[in-house]
Amino acid sequence: MKSDGIPSGCAISGLMSEDGRRIGGKEIIRSIACMHDRSNGLGGGFAAYGIYPKRKDMYAFHMMYDNARAKEDTEEFFKDHFNVDKDEAIPTQRQNGISNPPILWRYFLEVPENKLEFLSERDYVAKTVMKIHSEIEGSFVASSGMNMGAFKGVGYPEDIGRFYKLEEYSAYIWTSHGRFPTNTPGWWGGAHPFTLLDWSVVHNGEISSYGINKRYLEMFGYKLELRTDTEVIAYMFDLLVRKHKLPVKKAVEALAATFWKDIDRMEPEKKRIATAIRQVYGSTLLNGPFSIIIGHNRGMIGLNDRIKLRPMTAARKDDMLYMASEESAIREIAPDLDEVWSPRAGTPVFGTLKKEVE
Amino acid sequence: MESQLPAEFIVNVDHERCRKCRRCVMNCSFSVIEFKDKVITNNRQCVACHRCATFCPESAITIIHNPLDYKDGYNWSPEIRKNILKQAESGGIILTGMGNPRPYPIYWDHMLIDACQVTNPSIDPLREPMELRTYLGAKPEYLEFEGDPENITLKTELAPQVKLDIPIVFAAMSYGAISLNAHKALAMAARRMGTLMNTGEGGLHEDLAGYTDRIIVQVASGRFGVTSKYLNNSALVEIKIGQGAKPGIGGHLPGEKVGEDISKTRMIPVGTDALSPAPHHDIYSIEDLSQLIYAIKETTDYKKPVSVKIAAVHNVAAIASGIVRAGADIVMIDGFRGGTGAAPMIIRDHVGIPIELALAAVDDRLRQEGIRNRASIIVGGSIRQSADVVKAIALGADACVIGTASLIAMGCRVCQKCYTGNCAWGIATQRPELVRRLNPEVAADRLCNLLTAWGHEIQEVLGSLGINSIESLRGSRERLRGVGLNQETLDILGIKHAGVGQ
Repeated sequence: MKSDGIPSGCAISGLMSEDGRRIGGKEIIRSIACMHDRSNGLGGGFAAYGIYPKRKDMYAFHMMYDNARAKEDTEEFFKDHFNVDKDEAIPTQRQNGISNPPILWRYFLEVPENKLEFLSERDYVAKTVMKIHSEIEGSFVASSGMNMGAFKGVGYPEDIGRFYKLEEYSAYIWTSHGRFPTNTPGWWGGAHPFTLLDWSVVHNGEISSYGINKRYLEMFGYKLELRTDTEVIAYMFDLLVRKHKLPVKKAVEALAATFWKDIDRMEPEKKRIATAIRQVYGSTLLNGPFSIIIGHNRGMIGLNDRIKLRPMTAARKDDMLYMASEESAIREIAPDLDEVWSPRAGTPVFGTLKKEVE
Repeated sequence: MESQLPAEFIVNVDHERCRKCRRCVMNCSFSVIEFKDKVITNNRQCVACHRCATFCPESAITIIHNPLDYKDGYNWSPEIRKNILKQAESGGIILTGMGNPRPYPIYWDHMLIDACQVTNPSIDPLREPMELRTYLGAKPEYLEFEGDPENITLKTELAPQVKLDIPIVFAAMSYGAISLNAHKALAMAARRMGTLMNTGEGGLHEDLAGYTDRIIVQVASGRFGVTSKYLNNSALVEIKIGQGAKPGIGGHLPGEKVGEDISKTRMIPVGTDALSPAPHHDIYSIEDLSQLIYAIKETTDYKKPVSVKIAAVHNVAAIASGIVRAGADIVMIDGFRGGTGAAPMIIRDHVGIPIELALAAVDDRLRQEGIRNRASIIVGGSIRQSADVVKAIALGADACVIGTASLIAMGCRVCQKCYTGNCAWGIATQRPELVRRLNPEVAADRLCNLLTAWGHEIQEVLGSLGINSIESLRGSRERLRGVGLNQETLDILGIKHAGVGQ
């Protein structure tokens, strides 16, 4: 079930209401569908935040199973590791262009107190995700965060969106991805977004520094089983922001590091910080072409590689922030914009939740 | 007793072309060439240093291997037979210089580098920044910040770091083993290229006082020239435990080489042998090493990184791990092909392991233990070309050292006679008339040219790999593939065989 090789090409799109308004899934499908030609039908997916308000304090596990045996094993595992509040099939409908889906099931989980003697709740959940991937054959965690979920599979993204009936969900952040892989098709887990806890990543590009990024993460106990470079981005954010407690802006500075020639011109204290980030976090630098949109419960981050080898446009309208591979994908759903710009290489765009989610 | 050893080389003089200028006679430092009406040669003394041939204005001199054929025998090779003859005549250990020349596998030459095609673009180093800057020193596991998001400050104080503009450092070669002019050239080049030179164990000559921010000062078992001032006048301090060419044994600079200047620099009387004991006599285990590391850190007020240099031996990974845990900021590993001014041939040619395997094992081990960040890894022991540097860094090294390559750049012909003190090129000698032959300015230029060229080559490779910073290559073994290696070797190197995709 594990994929071979790494994806490339691709389209990404994301939108967010900074006021925490929840928006139906139709728009994001239209946006990503506009970039149909950037995908080749071998993968599409969405991440949505704010979709489970009734169970917003539980870990929502979206699972993909190759077979009933994997489901049974995983459910045994869940029983041993969590309190299962609810489990159900992820609603889907028949859709042209989508075939052979795995068993798609979701679980709302709480961590029993007695499991947290030696580690934090989120560490515990992250560990169980790794454990499922490495120990249970045919079982894959599509997402594991609170009040969010990933919906992905093999097919064009707009077909995947309809397959999952995304128009029935509403979310304050939507991100999406259409894939143009250069590798073996047919694996649902290999589609984007990649997630861990509430981190999700959609990624257009190829991480040429994957080898060292992976080895660096392994030093901190991450198991990279999926053999795709996008996975490292999700784990990198988890490590830097959640575990090392770096401010998000500093984490982004590690991933798309400032050039030495620019650091050398900074004033002393800024220079000291930028130099230290490069000295300590050199192995986290994501080198190679990428544009990514990272989602998390409090916002959305758009980021290009430091010489901008992949496209990305950002735009604002009222409380809405949009980011996409092409401006057309934004104009498709929001023709009238307050502001449109191409973020500079290596310069992040932050969307931040300013009010509580409605 | 007349020696039964045949000459190794034959010096042919084309008497038609020879204008009898006698420049060859002046240049030969091994007493091969004399002038008696015409140039005549004593071939037995020739070491193929090429000094005469290089400086003959008529190109009238050629040096060839003595074609004297031995009766065929794969087992009893001419070299083995000659060594037996030498020992039958002398009863002594066979001495030699420079690195192991035997045909052991060179793993660098069995590794190939990746490149980008289509899905990720390669980068043109002439158009885009291509960063080689490297910092040596211990790094914390993570950084701590404080203050509000708009006015953030860094709480973590980093251990001292030494900046390299190119991840290639000149290897440790002592004043004594090589000449002062060679030392000067290395120091000047290190300053100009933003890298470091290493004093070796022979102390620091006062003429190099102006270069101390570019100098690694070594503390070896002989403790020659080690003072508080010496330790503080440095970029970093290195404790030398072992050397790739002679793991487990000490050193011996013969008294003839200890003249006025060396005597002062090494702080030993003129004409006495400078003996480096095999072990440090205050280091009989890892906890003793830790004490020395911290003694040096106390002396230098925790402002200098402390490196520990070891030879690559079987258990190198565990030893390196211990060194890091003992408090070293840098581990320098010297492979079995590393050079030397003088070593017993049996040790040089048969002891130690290849640096490629040692490096891979050490980097793996430190990662498994989660302490890779706590020390930089520097490797040496036959880095011959920029491709070797690229492969070493991809295997996990922070930087490489070059000894022999830097000597060759200055004029060395790798004749392996460093231990005789007769180096015709003014490098491995203390004879004033020979030392004078090496112009430090010219030699420094040549060293700078070499590093500049290698720097450009490394940038080209980074660009073809689609990365624009050396840290994205460091430890990225995914970008290497093995050719003609067995599975166990591949596993040790942590690379896949060519033909296997990601």
